[in-house]
Amino acid sequence: MWEQIRDNQVRSVILVTALGCMLILLGSFLGQTVLGDWSVGLLLALLIWIVMTLVGYFQGDSILLSISKARKIGPDDMPRIYNVVEEMKIASGFEKMPDIYIVDDPALNAFATGRDKNHASLAVTSGLLQKLSRDELQGVVGHEMAHIRNRDVLLMALCSILLGTIVMLAWYGSRVLFFGGGTRRSSSGGGSVQIIILLVAVALMIFAPIMAQFIYLAISRKREYLADASSALYTRYPEGLASALEKIAASTEQLKSANKATAPMYILNPFRKSGRTAEDLSSTHPPISERIRILRAMAGNVSLAGYESAYNQSHKGGGGIIPGSALAAGDAAVQRDTAGATATPAEKERARETSDVLWKLHKYQEITCNCGLKFKIPPDFHSNSFTCPRCGTVHNL
Amino acid sequence: MLIAILLILAIAIVFVLIFAGIYNGLVGARNQVKNAWSQIDVQLKRRHDLIPNLTETVKGYMQHERGTLEAVTNARNTAIKAADSGVAAQARAEGELSQALGRLFAVAENYPDLKASQNFLALQEELTSTENKISFSRQFYNDSVLQYNNKTQMFPSNIIASMGGFKAGEFFEVTDTVERDAPKVSFS
Repeated sequence: MWEQIRDNQVRSVILVTALGCMLILLGSFLGQTVLGDWSVGLLLALLIWIVMTLVGYFQGDSILLSISKARKIGPDDMPRIYNVVEEMKIASGFEKMPDIYIVDDPALNAFATGRDKNHASLAVTSGLLQKLSRDELQGVVGHEMAHIRNRDVLLMALCSILLGTIVMLAWYGSRVLFFGGGTRRSSSGGGSVQIIILLVAVALMIFAPIMAQFIYLAISRKREYLADASSALYTRYPEGLASALEKIAASTEQLKSANKATAPMYILNPFRKSGRTAEDLSSTHPPISERIRILRAMAGNVSLAGYESAYNQSHKGGGGIIPGSALAAGDAAVQRDTAGATATPAEKERARETSDVLWKLHKYQEITCNCGLKFKIPPDFHSNSFTCPRCGTVHNL
Repeated sequence: MLIAILLILAIAIVFVLIFAGIYNGLVGARNQVKNAWSQIDVQLKRRHDLIPNLTETVKGYMQHERGTLEAVTNARNTAIKAADSGVAAQARAEGELSQALGRLFAVAENYPDLKASQNFLALQEELTSTENKISFSRQFYNDSVLQYNNKTQMFPSNIIASMGGFKAGEFFEVTDTVERDAPKVSFS
């Protein structure tokens, strides 16, 4: 599990390629209809995309952080969040401590950014720091660290740039096509070919943004689940993240500094309409109640495999969400002992064992009835048989 | 003839590449175990450094808890000494220190003045976090050891592991060893 999650990388490449093809198609068809030349449109689309990607790759994190009005903190400013991040850094095996940013906002949310493990930043709102307990904070930070570790952050940034370019081109193309003003040459080619190209361009303009968004959303939701699973694995305590999600879902504050482009970065979609609990298909995040239910259903088995089986309890036949290469790597994770959570049953068990030993030492005979009751028969018991008081079975000695 | 030679050469190259890949994987896993171990060490040392500060702060408030304080100091000294005597001994000493600290913080609940002290709160946060870091670095160490041991024991990397002298790593168990060694009475 600590190795790169290879299946996911393959999927990422497919996703980016699919979106890229869509962009090229759209660009060339627009070029043909608007400018009368395939290659010019194609080149323009590619150029815009490359420039935006380069900016996004090298400057994306600082742009995002400044849009969100986040300020950087050190170990002495806010020891608690700094310590929690350091704990998660150790648990996830990061070598470099990510930068920590605070967004002064009463809303409860968090996001991670940065292109790889060595250029990672993590931002939380001040509301989150106030309202969440230490265990809950650990769960949220673990979730964000998992996003960085699985390189979701980079993929999401590259994809949202591609998506943005497609939407922009489609929007611009539709302006030019429908409201005139284009430099369309009416003399080129036969009339029917012209019309077919125009139709394809219109269809592409309408469907490309929608298709692109659907591909993007499907992948982004899977990654949310994977990040939840990894967080449970790091903290060995899924209940922390579950109750944090519950608190975040219950809060009504809306994040002021978020916008549509940055939405998938957050732990919870910042644009929830008040009063709506279940999100629809077009959401970047899976329904929060579902995420909480899966985390709670893990019941002590906090490995990735445990998460997978908890997920499958409600998603029959839909295929797994954790890549096979990650599942195979290890399933020895055991929930950590937290005060009262698992310690009590173990202690009870031990006390019972001790008392059983004492009974046996005094030559008491132990008999277990079919109904589950246990009897300790003293050595000087006078009769040869007795009746179970619960189910009435007669036991012979 | 030429084709046969080329074929043998190609197979040999493939074998060398596979060998190199597995060998490097083993070295990487072993280094991760070492690195994870040094992480635990850093955190343990940090805890040892924090304890004199803590006892100094607490002393003034908790006159009646001399025994609890001494237990912490003694456990710390034992733990420092045990640092060179192997994983198992060190794990046991550090486990005892954790318990002594836990008792101290439990007792501190009875002293409102102490709990209100900024100094104490800051120290408590640091120690709580250090405890967490120790358990998380232990967790990561054990995960790394598991991964490394799997590699040294599973086919085909176990062949290369035994050739290259890769020995299985030792897990860091914190469960009370005294308790575990207690004889079980059997009546069968």
